[in-house]
Parts: sequence; C-alpha cells; structure tokens
Amino acid sequence: MNEAIRSGLNRLQSSALGAGAIFLILSGLGWYLNPPQFLHSYLVAFWFWLALTLGCLTILMVHYMVTGRWGYLARRPLEAGSRVLPLMAILFFPILFNVPALYQWANPELVASLDLTHFKLEYLNARFWVVRAVVYFAIWFLWIYLLNRWSVQEDAGGGAHRYFDRMRRLSGPGLVLFAFTITYAAIDWVMSLEPGFFSTIYGMIFMVVPALLGVALVVLTLTAFSKYEPFATLAEPKRFNDYGNLLLVFIMLWAYLQFDQFLIIWAGNLQDEIPWYVVRARGTWGGVAVALFLFHFAVPFLLVLQRAVTRRNRVLSTVCILLLIMEAVDLYWMISPAFSPKGPQLSWLDPVTFLGIGGVWVAWFAWQLKSRPLLPLHDPRFEGVVTVGT
Amino acid sequence: MAKVPALYGLMAEFETPEQLLEAAQRSRDDGYRRMDAYSPFAVEGLPEIVVSSHDKVPLAGIVLCGGLTGTLTGLVLQWYPNVVGYPLNIGGKPYFSWPSFIPIMFELTILFSALSAVFGMIILNDLPQPYHPVFNAPRFDLASRDRFFLCIETRDPKFDIDRTKDFLIGLDPVDVTEVES
Repeated sequence: MNEAIRSGLNRLQSSALGAGAIFLILSGLGWYLNPPQFLHSYLVAFWFWLALTLGCLTILMVHYMVTGRWGYLARRPLEAGSRVLPLMAILFFPILFNVPALYQWANPELVASLDLTHFKLEYLNARFWVVRAVVYFAIWFLWIYLLNRWSVQEDAGGGAHRYFDRMRRLSGPGLVLFAFTITYAAIDWVMSLEPGFFSTIYGMIFMVVPALLGVALVVLTLTAFSKYEPFATLAEPKRFNDYGNLLLVFIMLWAYLQFDQFLIIWAGNLQDEIPWYVVRARGTWGGVAVALFLFHFAVPFLLVLQRAVTRRNRVLSTVCILLLIMEAVDLYWMISPAFSPKGPQLSWLDPVTFLGIGGVWVAWFAWQLKSRPLLPLHDPRFEGVVTVGT
Repeated sequence: MAKVPALYGLMAEFETPEQLLEAAQRSRDDGYRRMDAYSPFAVEGLPEIVVSSHDKVPLAGIVLCGGLTGTLTGLVLQWYPNVVGYPLNIGGKPYFSWPSFIPIMFELTILFSALSAVFGMIILNDLPQPYHPVFNAPRFDLASRDRFFLCIETRDPKFDIDRTKDFLIGLDPVDVTEVES
C-alpha cells in the first residue's frame, strides 16, 4: 500500500474516531437530558449510516452479478464499508431497548387508541419485532462475512476462478434477500412509527437510498486516493463516468419511486394513507419536500447528465457530497414528521447523533480499508490490469 | 479531352488499430484537421483524435429541444381536454390535476427525445448517402474486414498533394492512394 495513502487513512481514522467519540458522549448526555428527542434524532442518524453500510453490500453484489471494469477499483472500498456492520449492530441497541418509547404500537396505553387492523395488532408486538430485527442482522452478517472471506481467499489463491463463481452464486439470492430484509426493516423500524400508514413502494425507496449512498462513498474514496499511485493511473475519467452513470440511475429511481408513491396515494385519496402526505406537504415540511425535489433530484440529475461533471472526479465528488446531505434530509423528511407533524423541530441532538455515529463509522471504515490491499490484485477477471505495487 | 477527376483526399492503409491510432495522432500533431478514420470495429480513443472541435455536432441541443417539445405536448394534450374541452369532476379533484399529468409528460419527453436523437443523427450524418468518394479507394472494402484506413481530405487547409503524400508515407502504411471525389 502506498505510504501516503496509509498515513492518510491513519489520520482520518484517529481524527474521525476522536470527533465521533466526542459527539457520541454528547449524544449520551442528550439521552440523559431529553430521552424522547435523543431517540428521534438517533433513529434518523442510525438509518443513514446503516443505509450506507448496506449500500456497500448491495453495490458489491450488483457488481458480482453484472461485473464490469468499474468494480475493480470499487471492490475494496465497498467491502470495507460492508464490514462496518458490526458497529451498526452495536449502535442498534439504543433503539432495541427503547421500543415502547419510540413506537406507539408498543405502548400499552396508546395502542387501544390507534384503531389498527387485527393483522397489524398481531404483527406489531415488541417481542416479534426483536426476533425480526435479529433475523435481518443475521442475514446481512452472513452475506457480508462470506463475500469478504471469499474475497480474501481469492487474493491468497492467486487468481482462482472458483471464489468469483461462489461470490456470484451468493449475490443473486443475496439481492433478493436484501430486497426482503430492507423492506421489512423499513416497515418495522420506520413505517410503523405511523402505524396507520401503509405503502408497498415504501420498501423500495429504502432500497434505493443505500445504493445511492454506496456509489457516493466509492466516488469520494477513489477521489481521495486518486492523487496517489496506482490510483492516479487507474482511476481514469472513464471509471468516474461509470460511477456518475450509476448515480444518475439511482437519482432517477429515487425520484421515480418517491413520486410514484405520492401519485398513487394522491389519486386514491384514502383516509388511511393521505395523512402521511398531508403532514409532509404542509408548511415547513412542504418546503423541505420542494427542497428535496430540487436538490435531491433536479440539480444533481442535470449535473450528472453531463460528461464534463462525471469525468472530473472532484466535480463528481461535490455532487456526491450534495447527495449525501440531501439523503440525510430525505430520511429526516420521511421519518421525523412522525414525531413533529406540525413542522421540523430541529434539535441540537440531530447533528450531534448524526456526527457521533458518522465519526465512528468513518473511523471503522478507514480501519477496515487499510487492513487489506486496496486493489483486488488477484481477481482473475482483471489479472494483469495493474503491475504497480500497492 | 478527358476530364481529370477532382481529388477527395489521400487514403493510407494500415494493418493494426494501434498503427492507425498512432498515425491519426501524428497527423493531428502535424496540424491536419480534416481527416477521417475507417476501421472494422470501434477503436478506443480514435474519435477524440479524428474529430476536430469545429466538427462538433449540435445533437445534444436537438435532443434537448425535442425532449422539451415532448414535455409541452404532454402537458397541452392533457390540459386542454381536462380543463377547457371537456372538464369532468373526478373524485372532487381540481380540473388541472398536474400530478396525474406527469407520467404522460415524462413518457412523451422520452419519446420525443429518442426520436429527435435518431432523426437528428441521420440528418447530421447526411444520411441516406448513396455515394461517398472513399469507396473509390481500391481495397477500401477491407475497412469492414481487417484493415484500418486514414483519409486526409483535400478540404484540409494544410492539404498539399505532394507534401501530404510524403507525410502519410512517413507513417509507414501498407499503401497510400489518391481518392477521386
């Protein structure tokens, strides 16, 4: 590994860890001072960073299914990002232990007033909720473990094809399972905050979010590396063009799904479904929705349409940072109105929890990234692509 | 007296894509701008060398205009019957229910963009073109098999029959021929 990259990752790891630790301690203080607000802020922050972790797994599996040159540089950052899952499992505990405080359906005093159907009453109970959460994490863990393990063995095996075949065979079912687990997790952890609401597109929105974040992470990582060899040679404009095209796809898919859900519910005009949008389209929340349309769709869409943007890694990185910020806003807009339907009530805990989890996430990511070679040198599909030492 | 046919350009024939790429690059470095390359398959990096900046085509603008026309068509096609021509109260919604117009507007944007891209490409390429001088070059049929051709055209400001011929021969081609227009 290039020494400059290694020392850069070391610096990133220690400063991110320091910042993350400070913000997490402040979050802990917030938990003590204002438990409900802490939980509300924490849930949004947790979803963002969990989505990023799962996005790495998704894009990795997509790469194994469709292959392509773009995956050669992206594999290691994606694998490192997926290996942050243990951290997210630890950080899940504050939610796990506060189910009755977060969810109305788990509160015996409130559940009678909710007017839920028989099925929802049966499905939404704290014990079953915990069992399901364990199942989701178990599935994610298994896939991340196997894909990372075989990748190491492929490196050690000097270009044997069988590991790639194995990873490929695992990725197909993995993507199907991902669709199921993320849908159910989104319903359990977020949609059930407003237990009267239901939408079948909801889970798909939560599938696109991770994919978008995963590609953005790859762009940012490779841009940071591109100053140093061998990335200076390998991270060509063509590759960033590929990532830009992937971003374009996910930006459009995000807008398509968000709009579809809105259009169907707006056209149906049913009293069970529309309160979700009535809250989110009025007043300040409505302003947030317009901002999302402009800066999560219109502006980045028009930017990544242009080769002048996607072929320049610094410009593309700027777009990625915009997308990361807007994705946090998107999650805030989808989740937080459940707690403050009249309008966003920004609390100091919103940025603090976000940066707390984020700092530790980035530190963990940097630690995982430098623990392995930064390129899959013995990937049999790319043997001979690079002869420079890593 | 027999009419001397005008010259279209000078055609050099190469055996490998690498040779063609290098020849094109050197011609460009030497100041030639009006040239074209012919190969049996797409050679990576070749278009960027051969196409000069004043050959840039306005296809993107054509497609954008086509797309916007589609959006507008979709809007008007739905706005007119719903608001002006035959307004119906559907579920108590306003006549101008723009969210439900968006899918059609989107579809027509795509349709019109695609059509303007195809027809714009055909028109900008001067197609259909039953006659093209490059086919006068002997052995040019090999361009669709296993040979690679570079043609420097007479309309190039730097074109000079003798000097350009010497230059092309210096690129080590299999053959250099004059192409009648």
